Amino acid sequence: MTVQPALVVEGIDGELTLETNKARRVSRRGRVVGGERKNLPLTILLILCAVTVVVPLYVTLTTAFKTQSQAVDGNAFSLPAPFSLDGFVTAWNLTNFPAAFLVSVLITAATVGGTVVLGAFASYAIARNWDHKLFKWSFFYLLAAMFIPFPVLALPQIQLTGLAGLDNPVGVTLLHIMFQLSFSVLLFTAFLRSIPIELEESARIDGASTWQAFWKLIFPLLAPMSATVAIFAFLASWNDFMLPSLITSDPALQTLPVVQSIFQTQFSNNYNVSFASYLMAMAPAIIVYLFAQRWVMEGVTQGAVKG
Amino acid sequence: MTTLTAPARTHTTPTATTVARPSRPRRTEGIYFAFLLPSLLLFTLCITVPAVIGIFFSFTNSIGFGEWEFVGFINYVAMFSDPAILQAYLFTFGFAAITVVLVNLLAFLLAVGLTSQIRLKTGLRTVFVIPMVISGIIIAYVFNFLFSNSLPLFGQASGIGWLSESILANPDLAWVAIVIVTAWQAIPGTLLIYIAGLLAIPGDVYEAADIDGAGKRQQLLRITLPLVAGYVVINVILGFKNFLNAYDVIVGLTNGGPGTATRSIAMTIVTGFTGGDYAYQMANATMFFVIVVVISVLQLRLTRGRNEI
Repeated sequence: MTVQPALVVEGIDGELTLETNKARRVSRRGRVVGGERKNLPLTILLILCAVTVVVPLYVTLTTAFKTQSQAVDGNAFSLPAPFSLDGFVTAWNLTNFPAAFLVSVLITAATVGGTVVLGAFASYAIARNWDHKLFKWSFFYLLAAMFIPFPVLALPQIQLTGLAGLDNPVGVTLLHIMFQLSFSVLLFTAFLRSIPIELEESARIDGASTWQAFWKLIFPLLAPMSATVAIFAFLASWNDFMLPSLITSDPALQTLPVVQSIFQTQFSNNYNVSFASYLMAMAPAIIVYLFAQRWVMEGVTQGAVKG
Repeated sequence: MTTLTAPARTHTTPTATTVARPSRPRRTEGIYFAFLLPSLLLFTLCITVPAVIGIFFSFTNSIGFGEWEFVGFINYVAMFSDPAILQAYLFTFGFAAITVVLVNLLAFLLAVGLTSQIRLKTGLRTVFVIPMVISGIIIAYVFNFLFSNSLPLFGQASGIGWLSESILANPDLAWVAIVIVTAWQAIPGTLLIYIAGLLAIPGDVYEAADIDGAGKRQQLLRITLPLVAGYVVINVILGFKNFLNAYDVIVGLTNGGPGTATRSIAMTIVTGFTGGDYAYQMANATMFFVIVVVISVLQLRLTRGRNEI
């Protein structure tokens, strides 16, 4: 591939294929004595390290299925006995889960869609008109947001969204898109410049307009980048606490991470309830990750090396 | 390193796309403006306008609404003698520095392990990345439970005095909990970047070292470490910048307490919204912004420099 992100990606892909490609593995790490021997002590050490990742998740999972009396007995590592769904039922009602879930889903979906489409639009215009000053400077202008963390802008943004009647999920979505835009423009633009212009010109000769060329040719070609951009927009938007907690003024329109604060002030000893609630809030992100981990892993590398 | 990052530079130079066409700018189709306009417009309204307004009000005595007047640099001067602000800066920078060292050390070692000849490589990698996809505030709540319930029970059982009470309630130790949870969440991203860096090292370098009789440890220190130096720079600066924004994890663990012992810069800025010192905290935010920009420029300088080697 010609773009730099792809080169890095090849690293991770290459490694994944190493799992199945023995010949290449040996040649790559020929230094290892015996070539194919696996380092068992190191594997065990890494598994022990992985336990530190698993413990908080294990505690969340088991506590969520405990009865209230078992949840407060102090043993965080015991298995639920008896197995209880009470926590989920109570948490569902206390946090008004369906409402918070819906708000989170709507904000996240709109953020993902908005980031991909706006980012692809802008990047296409920029990449095809790089010799035009306005487009070139727009690129650097849009990139500037990477250097502006939300805390810096929080106060005026709270004030302005309030004045504009956007102190609600719509405002949160807009701001989420804007904070993601730099990353997507960066990735899309780099990728678009690697697509040979001839490909597009042949479509033009066949009579396609720019609009058609974008949707029929360019946008499908951008799919792998869109996947990366989408997964990061998803994670950033779904997991965000600071921005929605400050921007949205109506508690009934809060997102899942924000409504969890209810367990810090009230019901603070109903651990089975709070952990059931945490589990319901974090599960969607973990599930999406398990299905899309390839793009998560690639995205990190691309973002860091480019940004 | 060279082969990995060199293409980026050629792609960021305008010549890459313009060589094929005549140097005279052609007429730009109107539709391209339509493609660009929504982003530019929204970006200006959501980012630029708030930034300008915020900086403007940092020179006033506004409380967020009502009348105000210019006060010059008074807010900025006052910050330097405000113990609350100074403490927040000291805490945030100290926290970010310690966390960045811890995260990079652990992530690098894990990356070396995960790129070695081990079993369950894919499965282990999947597990190690999970913390990255979990909401910071929620995992902080989970750790809050572990720190304030499970850990003290362990402390009491094993007779360790300082552990028998929640470390979150201890002004001298609460920061440790924040470092641990932040590191727990930040290691995956750093780890993935190191893995990419390690995989970019050609295998024959190690073969040559083997022939020359270099031991495993020597190879790690003399070959691996210098060859991933560029990635260390990226990770340290990106991490440091992220940790300076600390908010979610702290809110979930200590909410800035006990007292104000673990209050971050972001948390002090946000108090301007409810505390009636809007203009003052805007000066704080502007100051913080300048610091972040300086670090970002440093980052660009350092990473650019690396690429040219």
